[in-house]
Amino acid sequence: MSLISPNMENTAAMESAQAMRGRSLWMDARRRLFRNKAAVVSMILLATVTLLAIFAPLLSQYSFDSQDWNVISCAPGWWPDTTAICNAGGTHWFGTDSVGRDLFVRVLYGARVSLAVGLTATLVSLLIGVLYGAIAGYVGGTLDEIMMRVVDVLYSLPFIFFVIILMVIFHRSIFLLFLAIGAVEWLTMSRIVRSQTLSIKRMEYIEAARAGGVGPLAIILRHVIPNLLGPVVVYVTLTIPNVILAESFLSFLGLGVQEPLTSWGVLIGEGANQMEIAPWMLIFPALFMGVTLFCFNFIGDGLRDALDPKDR
Amino acid sequence: MLSYAIRRFLGALPTLLIIITFAFFMMQLAPGGPFDSNRHLPPEIEHNVAAAYNLDKPVYIQYALYLEKLAHFDLGPSYKTKDFTVSELIAAGLPVSARLGLAAMILAIVFGISLGLVAALNQNKASDYGAMALAMIGLAIPTFVTAPILQLIFGVYRVQVLGADLTLPVAGWHGGALRNMILPVIVLALPQIAIVSRLVRGSTIEVLRSNYVRTARAKGLPTHRILLRHVLRASLLPLVGYLGPAVAGLLTGSLVVEQIFGIPGIGRYFVNAALNRDYTLMMGVIIVYATFIILLNLAADLLYAVLDPRVSFKR
Amino acid sequence: MGEPIFSVRNLDVRFSTHDGEVHAVKNVSFDVAEGECLGVVGESGSGKSQLFLATLGLLTRNGRVTGSVKYRGEEILGLSQKKLNRIRGSRITMIFQDPLSSLTPHMTIGAQIMEGLRVHHHIPRGEAEKRAIEVLELARISDARQRVRQYPHELSGGMRQRAMIAMATICNPDLLIADEPTTALDVTVQAQILEIMRELKATLKTSVVMISHDMGVIAGIADRVQVMREGEIVEFGPVEDIFYRPRHAYTKVLIDAMPRLGSDAEAEAARTEPTRDAPELLEVADLEVQFPVIVAPWVTKPLRAVDGVSFTLREGETLGVVGESGCGKSTLARAILQLVPASAGSVVWLGRALDSYGRDDMRKLRKELQIVFQDPLASLDPRRTVGQSIAEPLRTLWPGLSSTEVSARLKAMMTRVGLDPTLINRYPHELSSGQNQRVGVARAMIVEPQLVVCDEAVSALDVSIQAQIVKLIRELQAQTGMTLIFISHDLAVVRQLAHRVMVLYLGRVVEFADRNAIYTDPRHPYTKALIAAVPVPDPKTERAKQCLKLVGDLPSPLDTRAQLIFLKSRLVDDPNAKLNRPKLIQVAPGHLVAEHD
Repeated sequence: MSLISPNMENTAAMESAQAMRGRSLWMDARRRLFRNKAAVVSMILLATVTLLAIFAPLLSQYSFDSQDWNVISCAPGWWPDTTAICNAGGTHWFGTDSVGRDLFVRVLYGARVSLAVGLTATLVSLLIGVLYGAIAGYVGGTLDEIMMRVVDVLYSLPFIFFVIILMVIFHRSIFLLFLAIGAVEWLTMSRIVRSQTLSIKRMEYIEAARAGGVGPLAIILRHVIPNLLGPVVVYVTLTIPNVILAESFLSFLGLGVQEPLTSWGVLIGEGANQMEIAPWMLIFPALFMGVTLFCFNFIGDGLRDALDPKDR
Repeated sequence: MLSYAIRRFLGALPTLLIIITFAFFMMQLAPGGPFDSNRHLPPEIEHNVAAAYNLDKPVYIQYALYLEKLAHFDLGPSYKTKDFTVSELIAAGLPVSARLGLAAMILAIVFGISLGLVAALNQNKASDYGAMALAMIGLAIPTFVTAPILQLIFGVYRVQVLGADLTLPVAGWHGGALRNMILPVIVLALPQIAIVSRLVRGSTIEVLRSNYVRTARAKGLPTHRILLRHVLRASLLPLVGYLGPAVAGLLTGSLVVEQIFGIPGIGRYFVNAALNRDYTLMMGVIIVYATFIILLNLAADLLYAVLDPRVSFKR
Repeated sequence: MGEPIFSVRNLDVRFSTHDGEVHAVKNVSFDVAEGECLGVVGESGSGKSQLFLATLGLLTRNGRVTGSVKYRGEEILGLSQKKLNRIRGSRITMIFQDPLSSLTPHMTIGAQIMEGLRVHHHIPRGEAEKRAIEVLELARISDARQRVRQYPHELSGGMRQRAMIAMATICNPDLLIADEPTTALDVTVQAQILEIMRELKATLKTSVVMISHDMGVIAGIADRVQVMREGEIVEFGPVEDIFYRPRHAYTKVLIDAMPRLGSDAEAEAARTEPTRDAPELLEVADLEVQFPVIVAPWVTKPLRAVDGVSFTLREGETLGVVGESGCGKSTLARAILQLVPASAGSVVWLGRALDSYGRDDMRKLRKELQIVFQDPLASLDPRRTVGQSIAEPLRTLWPGLSSTEVSARLKAMMTRVGLDPTLINRYPHELSSGQNQRVGVARAMIVEPQLVVCDEAVSALDVSIQAQIVKLIRELQAQTGMTLIFISHDLAVVRQLAHRVMVLYLGRVVEFADRNAIYTDPRHPYTKALIAAVPVPDPKTERAKQCLKLVGDLPSPLDTRAQLIFLKSRLVDDPNAKLNRPKLIQVAPGHLVAEHD
């Protein structure tokens, strides 16, 4: 039972003769994430919605913009209140809207747009926010003060005003919708990144890298940003639902996605108008959006727990 | 502490100035003017109207003029709503929005903290998932969906529970009657409940696993005492940081709620003024919003320092 | 002896973690008699803390306990919270290792101390406060009346621990469990705290359980000792048996591994001396490092972390730097390596001042100047493999090497420090702290530097691992002839490696001599107090020791007159007087001492 030989310290490690791949923290986190039932269910649901959004319109006989005036505001075939169901033929699984378009296809097309906006705008805010925050945090000093002042100023402007002005200046293209929303969301991202950078900066391994002659840019890219990613990933997963909500709000105002494209926000807006006559127009898009947002939130919480386990 | 507050406030004034400048010039960038969409007026009249509102002068002169009037607390006339100055419009709308916002915040704090605490104390058990799922409703359904749904349930379908008629008016302000406030306040509070409860849950879990809570348990203190005296203050501290800007947002009203429930607040000004290019009203509303944010951030910082003795007033 | 007051039988503790089940305590049984002090000694992972947390129902949510725990004959394991709360905090109390995180930050010390009294004995506020002040004074806290209204962060580490002791003794408990109470404290403060505990034990007749990894601490206070390893008790008995007649191999290892202040024959034989005419590599002259500290709005005072330190270093020599927290030793190391800017003075390497180097030149020079950090886990990037971390300075500072070369050197270095090269793709959290520290040493040595600074390189390690790393460093120095600056608060460890020793106090040198003189003929009162305070794993010596105690805690480094604490005769009222810095006088060849009373 010699304790002096160093190789006896970790017998488990010595069991294999070749250099095994180590178990990185990301792998640990992934294992934990998959044990979180709510998160796993959410991921499955989300994947289902995404797949439906991509493929289902191919499976349906209707296109999303074909108006059929014979079937205006018809309830789906299985609707309990049979008076609302029209008999003009065709199977509309979610019913039709006020100009006879198939709601099922439209909801899935809306999914495409909403998810795309969610992902791209978040990506935009991620890129800007991470770079901005990491540089401000690492460099510190007056540069940091100025950069954060800018963020403070922008924060004090009402979001909606900002987006409207941007939309009005650049006209309503969906591309700019991404940019506008992303340009607002990056603020919080940069604050989070900056405070994370500040705490990483004080870590000894950063000092060790400096003692090893590594330059500041290399330190930021090699040591700071990989260690930032944990909270950032969590925040990204929680930003996507916010972006989708923001887009839906803009569509509700009539500023978002324009015809012929549609998004969940547009559909919900139309549905809210027709709520008493044709409640299915509101229910299905709202259901899809609600479930998607729920899923993102649960996945975000799951990620947070996985990356920073609080076993106690 | 007072000197600290004054210093911070004075330090925030340049920020306010920058915001005003930024907003002013941003709006100038947007094409179109306040009178574009009206009937096409003969050129001389258009000219006169423009001159009356100083719109024919170069931008930086307009800016200087605006600042001068601002120094006298004159926010100028509203371009679109004739007969009313911006100050009058804001004075009429702000109290309404503020009442609604404050009520929503109080509701959100009460429910949010309760749900968050319940979830944290029963971490990973059924009540945790249940409480969090309940809370998340507020984040998964946008306000312009919950509003009409609630209107339907309580206004149109006229729910009867245990013989009590839960009908509520679906619109109108009636000078702030309680019955008119219930639905809009609930709609406003739902997203906040979600955010607050999540925040409280997270920080309470952190505090519960800290060393000083272990010491408190080792002292044989009863659970309620540990929660009240050792845990609560520490776990609510992060909430203070969130509430600053959140309250500012609520106080300045929500377009959705005001539009759907027909409430005469200032929330609708934010959007309508921008869409109508009512410059002065826009500026007025932005100034109000920015001032609230600055004041409330300051209040949050002060509150933070009061609650956490480790924070000192230096710097 | 009578009935044991605390009786544990077949206690078993398991934790369910993400990585599987951890069996922390394996079927442990023991007794604590009335009025005795049981010392529980073991290294990290021995289960000594979890054992007692389990008996009091303080385990974390994922822990499970089985067995029997009897207090005065009554079973307390599995009691309802309500019943357990009557015993916890009033009959059996516990104090913990880190007083800062163990005290509620937003409650005053007084409120926290009184709480036990008010909850358990329903004593009204006024009287409870008086008792609190009494207990604080018993624990030797000065100005108890003021302290009662202060918050934990306003007190120093030693005072906080005293407050915790006060909190634990205010209800006159039968049993006090102390879980590593002095580990986080400076050695002089530790000596004071142990003294207080000895007194309390004698006057209040409380039974004490002292948990520690430090055999010296145990030797000084325990009546009986149990040695734990990996969840089991491997040996137990009266303190003299354990220390003078240890039977279990592990106990012997623990005792042997403790570095002694006395001269160590093995170390002497293994040590290499620098050659007679070795060239002078490093010359530090009047080095000062100041940080501005904001004490009031718009008022900053300079914190003199390093306040005029001078020395020279020859090739192959080891300089030991000793001091407690706040003495500036770490700042000194960083200033020498130019990781922190110096405010005054010079650092000259091979004849050229280091601050005259441009950024690129300094980078190239880093090849010669390396550092090993204290906390092995914190100094390694958790997202990079061990191999990547070790190779990073090599790739940065020797850019011409091909990747096969780098790989070859990497594996060679790992073998040299005693790491299996197959660990190359492991992450720091998968390795033990001993292995991680070897990684740190490998990283510093792979570029073949001429000077290596070891900043408390062994302080965070278990005693047995410490001995291995010290041996490793010694061997590496013998093989490469490198120059070493070895920083530590532990005099005994420094003795094993250093040729000359420098004692720092609040940023200044108070004594500087070769390794033997400093231990056999210390002149400065601070050096003497340091030496006296180090616990020796020898019960007879420990108990007979006349504690040369320093009264009170270390003064604030912001106070410019702090240095004059040993030279009170020269204390002048003017805080800016130049006389505030005692000068170094030579009392014997190669032996410098700061002026003192």
